[in-house]
Parts: sequence; C-alpha cells; structure tokens
Amino acid sequence: MEAVAFYIFAAIAVVASLLVVGQRNPMYSVMLLIASFGALAGLYVLLDAPFTAVTQIIIYAGAIMVLFLFVVMLLNVEREDSATSVATMVGPTGMKLGAGLSVLLAIEVVWALSRLGESHFGHDAETVNISSVARIGQALFTQHAFAFEATSILILVAMVGAVVLARRER
Amino acid sequence: MNVNPTIVAHLGLIFVVFNMLVLSAAFMVWLERKVCAYIQDRVGPNRVGFEGSLQPFADVIKLMFKEELRPQAADRLLFVIAPIISACAAFAAFSVIPFGTETTLFGLLEEPIPLQVTDVNVAILVIFAIASMGVYGIVLAGWSSNSKYSLLGALRSSAQMISYELSYALALAAVIMLAGSLSLREIVMDQEGYWFGFIPRWYLFLQPVGFVIYMIAGVAETNRAPFDFPEAEQELVAGYHTEYSSMSFALFFLAEYVNMVTVSAVATSLYLGGWLGPFLPDWLQWVYFLIKVFLLLFFYVWMRWTLPRYRYDQLMEFGWKWLFPAAVLNLFATAALVLWLG
Repeated sequence: MEAVAFYIFAAIAVVASLLVVGQRNPMYSVMLLIASFGALAGLYVLLDAPFTAVTQIIIYAGAIMVLFLFVVMLLNVEREDSATSVATMVGPTGMKLGAGLSVLLAIEVVWALSRLGESHFGHDAETVNISSVARIGQALFTQHAFAFEATSILILVAMVGAVVLARRER
Repeated sequence: MNVNPTIVAHLGLIFVVFNMLVLSAAFMVWLERKVCAYIQDRVGPNRVGFEGSLQPFADVIKLMFKEELRPQAADRLLFVIAPIISACAAFAAFSVIPFGTETTLFGLLEEPIPLQVTDVNVAILVIFAIASMGVYGIVLAGWSSNSKYSLLGALRSSAQMISYELSYALALAAVIMLAGSLSLREIVMDQEGYWFGFIPRWYLFLQPVGFVIYMIAGVAETNRAPFDFPEAEQELVAGYHTEYSSMSFALFFLAEYVNMVTVSAVATSLYLGGWLGPFLPDWLQWVYFLIKVFLLLFFYVWMRWTLPRYRYDQLMEFGWKWLFPAAVLNLFATAALVLWLG
C-alpha cells in the first residue's frame, strides 16, 4: 500500500518536473511546478513527516508559487519563442559553464546513489520525534539559532531591497 | 468477503460530511436570501417548498440546464480546471474539523471512531495549506477568462486573501500557544469544563481580541461584504467568475459558501469549545457544534446586509495598519501571559 502510494507520488513529481522544463507556456509551467510540489508533500507524509509536508505546501506551493503566478500573469508573457536555439541564447562561454555544471551534477548524483545503502532511517522513537513540531521548534531556536537568525536577516535585506527598487521607479 | 466495519464507518462518515456540506451551502443560500429580504422589508423566496426552502434546489436544476459558455480567447484547460480547484479546496479543508466525541455507533463498532474525517496532528496548518490552494482557483479563473474584469477581480481577490491571511494566522497562533497543540481535537478538548462553575472554559474569553481579528479576517478570506471587492458589481461586473456560466459558475458559488461554513467551523472549534455543551448526552453533542456554526453563519449574513462595502484602499489600509499590528500585539501579550502563568 505504502509502496504503491510512493510510486504514484514519485511518478507525478518526476513527470511534472520534466514537463515544467519542456513546457512552452509559462502559465502551465507554474501549474506543473505546483503539482510537483504537491507530490513531494505526499512523499513527506509517507515518511511520517506531516509538518514538513504541510509547510512544503504552505510555503512553496502556496506562497512562493502565487508570486510566480503573479509575475507570469502581469508580465503577460506569451509563448516562448521557439526559433532561437539554446546555443545562440547563452553564447560560447555560457555553453562551457553549463557543460561543467552538468558534469558536476552528474558526479553528485552518482555519489549520492552510491551511498544509498549506508544511511538507514529506522522507525525508532528518535526519528518519530524529529517530525514533531515542538522538536523542530526547539532545534531551530537552540542548536540552529545562528543559521535561523542569519536567514531572517537575509530575508529582511531582500525585502528592503525590493521596496527600494519599487520606489525608485516613481 | 470480510468487510472491516471501521473502514465502512469511515467511508460513511466521509459521505455524510460531504453531503452535509453541500446541503449547508444550499441552506445558506436560502438563509441569505430570506434574511436579506427581511432586513430590506421584503418577503424573499416563498414559492418553492415551505417558505421557499426548496429554492436553492430549483436554482441548481435551472443552472444545470443552462448553456456552458466559454470565451473564444480563453485558455481552455485552465478555464475548465479553475472552478474544480476552487471547489476541491473548499471541501478538503473541512476534512480535519472534528464535530463530535468518539462514538461506537451504538455498539456496532469494536473500536470507537471520532466524528471527524481525519485527525491530523497539524490540523490547523492543513487548513492553511488548503486555503492557500484555493487562491489558485480564483487567480486561474481570472487569468484564463482573458477578460479585464475577471483579471482585475482575481488580482484583488488574491491580494486581499494574502494580506488578511497574515492576521488570520497570527490570531490562530495565539490559540495554538494557549492549547499547546496543533490538533483541532486536542484544542477542543482543552476547552472542557467551567470557570467558577458556570462560565465555559472557551478560548473566546481568553482571546477576545484574537476572536474579533479572526472573524474580520475570516470575512475578508471568504470575499464577503463588507469586503467583497473581488466581485464588486458596480466596478467589476462579477469579478473573477464574470465569464463563467452554468455548472462551472455553480461550483464557484458552492465553494464560496462551503468556505464560509469552514471558517465558521474553525472558529467554533478554536474559540467556542467545538461540540462541547451542557445537558445533552455525549452521542448528541454534535448538535451543539451545528448550533454554534449556525449562529456564526447567521452573523456573517447579518453583517453582509447591514454594512456597505469599503473602498479598496481602505481595505488594504485597515488590513495592514490596524488588523495586522493588533494581531501581533495580541500574539505577544498571549505569549507573555502563557510564560508568566506557566
């Protein structure tokens, strides 16, 4: 039962993500990305992490994708031009950089897959507790307090930057 | 074949909840028209059924036979999907709301099942997540119709929902602090009992400011008067569903009323002690839940026909400059009190 659900969610996530890249209509890309996030949330539920699943939906599928949708909607982007090929768009330096990055990604994937057998996620008390909201909150504000505060400052800077950019246009 | 009675009971529960939601939406349409009529010194629908009580069903049958129109410039797929997203999100949100104590259905079941579709330990967050999905239905409807009124309505609606979601969430966070749980069932159980023997231990009395903030934000979330800008008739024809007709229009209509029921049901569970009440035996306590939800719904209707619509900039100013700071202060005060009193 769980395995069936896993394969369904995984298939949706992979197919939707591939279609996001393959899609010419940006509006459909956004909707497919939301579907992909939803499937990921389903996978988190299967991992006994309902809190992570719900935050995934609220933050990514809910908040961030609404922003994407607004941008696509208001810019009124028509279908992407299919005439220009990728090579002319990014230039020779970009091609080299892209090739380097994809090799790096391939190496990382192979490395991660080779270590798949080493990690073990048991259903003992320790792992079950990690998914509890109270435990996440405590870890966030004690162990990871610095990273948490640093992230908030980063977000604040981005917000101030956005306001400054928006005001300059007037 | 051996059928597990618990599974059958759960399926039955889902069936009952779904149909109750559809029925309550129909009832709300009738109630709204009747109350509106009395407030305006008219009679209201009184031809179909007793006092016009079958009017919503007559309306639905009429809608079914209407032609399904679609603008030629509309984006076909998204135009069809949008009302479905709206309706699904509205129904799904109710699944985590408890409406009664555990029951064995008069001894039919070996283990008692709770009167609730599913008891998730992050129920409040689930409601948020689903509500944020509902925004897509509206935005997509507005965009895919390819009409300026629809687009403006959708933009207004989503801006309004995003703005008021903050105050809504902060008001709920204060209750979560008091209860120390995200599960709606546990929050309701925490409100059991009485102070001084007669005042029920409802969070309404601990969180009066939070309750008012929640109710105001709830009106804005459900796009109802005095905050019904997304469909301000004089300015936007009908807002995001201008181009919809027949059953796809009915789906939006249904979603709106189901959302109202959900907002009221959440308010009942968080502030009014859910299904808890005196005198009635345990297995009948859901009656209290229905009564409380009905009173809140009546309040919504009453407000709609009493207050005129605000201006859009007033709405934004009120949301960001008054409601949001009030919600933040309420949260801080609650946190301080919880720390102080342990």
